[in-house]
Amino acid sequence: MRIRHSVLFWAGFCAIVALLAVAPLGLPKFWAGFLTEILIWGLLAMSSDILIGYVGLVSFGHSAFFGLGMYGAAAALLTVSPPSLWVALPYGLVASAAVAACVAYFSTRLRDIYFAITTLIFSQIFYVIIFTWTEVTGGENGLTFSRPRLDFPGLFSVPFTTETLHWFVLAVVVLSYLILRRITQSPFGMVLQSIRENEARTRAIGYPIERYKIVAVMLSGLFAGLAGVLYAVQNRFASPDFVFFLVSGEVVIFNVIGGIGTLVGPIVGAAFFLLLREVLSRFFTEFYLIPVGIIFIAMVIFMPQGLLGFARRWLNR
Amino acid sequence: MGLDAFFAAIPFDQLLIQTVNGIVTGMILALVASGLTLIFGIMDVVNFAHGELFMLGAYVGVLTLAATGNFWVALVCASLLIALLGAVIHLTTLRPLIGRDPLTTILATFGLSLVLQNYALWQFGPVARKIQEPFTGQFAFFYLQYPWYRLVIAGLAAAIIAALWLFLKFGTYGIWIRATTQDRVMAEAMGIPVPWVLTAVFAIGAGMAAASGVLFGPLVGVNHAMGLDWVLRAFIVVVVGGMGNLGGSILAAIFISLLEAYASLFVPPSQAVIVSFVVLILTLLFRPTGLFVPTPK
Repeated sequence: MRIRHSVLFWAGFCAIVALLAVAPLGLPKFWAGFLTEILIWGLLAMSSDILIGYVGLVSFGHSAFFGLGMYGAAAALLTVSPPSLWVALPYGLVASAAVAACVAYFSTRLRDIYFAITTLIFSQIFYVIIFTWTEVTGGENGLTFSRPRLDFPGLFSVPFTTETLHWFVLAVVVLSYLILRRITQSPFGMVLQSIRENEARTRAIGYPIERYKIVAVMLSGLFAGLAGVLYAVQNRFASPDFVFFLVSGEVVIFNVIGGIGTLVGPIVGAAFFLLLREVLSRFFTEFYLIPVGIIFIAMVIFMPQGLLGFARRWLNR
Repeated sequence: MGLDAFFAAIPFDQLLIQTVNGIVTGMILALVASGLTLIFGIMDVVNFAHGELFMLGAYVGVLTLAATGNFWVALVCASLLIALLGAVIHLTTLRPLIGRDPLTTILATFGLSLVLQNYALWQFGPVARKIQEPFTGQFAFFYLQYPWYRLVIAGLAAAIIAALWLFLKFGTYGIWIRATTQDRVMAEAMGIPVPWVLTAVFAIGAGMAAASGVLFGPLVGVNHAMGLDWVLRAFIVVVVGGMGNLGGSILAAIFISLLEAYASLFVPPSQAVIVSFVVLILTLLFRPTGLFVPTPK
């Protein structure tokens, strides 16, 4: 039974990845780019799921990690010549990891609502800094740069097109998913889940939970930064709007819509949200957030497990 | 540089002006934050939509002022209407969440704030509106003509907070509210209609937010995004003052506003906000339960 379950899982996994891989060949250019964007936001949401779903900490500060990943990549692409993806990636990751370390140090002393508010305030600190430090960050206008080439030294080097970018993003997201899945199933992940279930007991057993929480926040921030780098490469700009806390709120929405604690759920949630936005904004123009907000509230009240949890329960019935 | 030169370099008149400014904004902030802390302390609800209630209150004030021409009618109308809206919001979105994790209330009220903010944008457009102050008298204050209205706001805000405090302390329904805070189950056993008390508390908090919106309207323009700024500052105040602690929130509001006012002597106001962020972080580091509450050992 257990083996069959795992075979089923990997078969489904391979089918979905294969489907996503061939999708840009069949889709029009706009929708192919849209799919790439869904994957990137999905990666960001997945990184936040580590905290929400596995440690039970709702972070309203993921925009800071995401944004610093973007600005880190921007710094690398603007200052290092020739612009290279393999320089942008570590720059962005180091920037977001540094920010995550700082946020983690302060915010993990707190629980529940206090954690949410602290992470929110931190992301606003970085927003204000980026917004007002015009000489370095470009202020309100942000930074624009050109896209690097996708090159593997000694193997090949191609410019990023819609398709190659999609494949690259897909590879990164799938790899991140596998890593995160492995982490959540490791002893470390088990400790995180036991913190979610009963913090006092986990401490009593003898785990230094502060250290576990700090590592979890940093891990989450690192993957959020990775999403930021990918987004910067896709859109060729970094802007303070992405550091604003409303982005963090959207990430939490992705999680709740898709289903927390599942890793795949947030990607589903991001896809659902972005599609909803795309469709609704044709009817409601820029006021699409009114119906989206109402749907979100209804889901919080009636469908707390999200789309994935709902589907699972419906399948089991 | 001698000590005299150092003192001469401090602009005392500017400091005094900023002190008055800081206290005025501090009182408004205290009014917003006391509604927020009331809602949190009594219902365990973190109301993300509080800034939007503030903003909608200001808009209702704009509309009533245009219709009646009387500022005080607008103030009362806005408070009552938004209190009613608060009651409706509580009944429809927050009551189903009673008994669930308090974090779900953050999510629900966040969704609510998106809806209300975009509704305001849709209804009133992106252009900032202006509320005319009820009187335009000024008095000489160093080299400035300082408007009396600012001092009146501070006084009114203090009066509203004092009224709330008296109500909680001595009013029958105020005692119901305090009983609900202390022990929800016991209060229910004594015959207090707890769900309705919670609705009333949310309505009161919403009404206070609306009142501060109308009072503050004349100082800056009224626009759909004004709530975001205020809700963040109110959150900082509530955490620094100690969640659910009314007196602490008021002191923290004035403290933070004064610091921001002094900081804006040296840096642009957009960067002065960082001061309050730093205060928050220091508070969380050394007094995690708030500045004015003894930290439990």
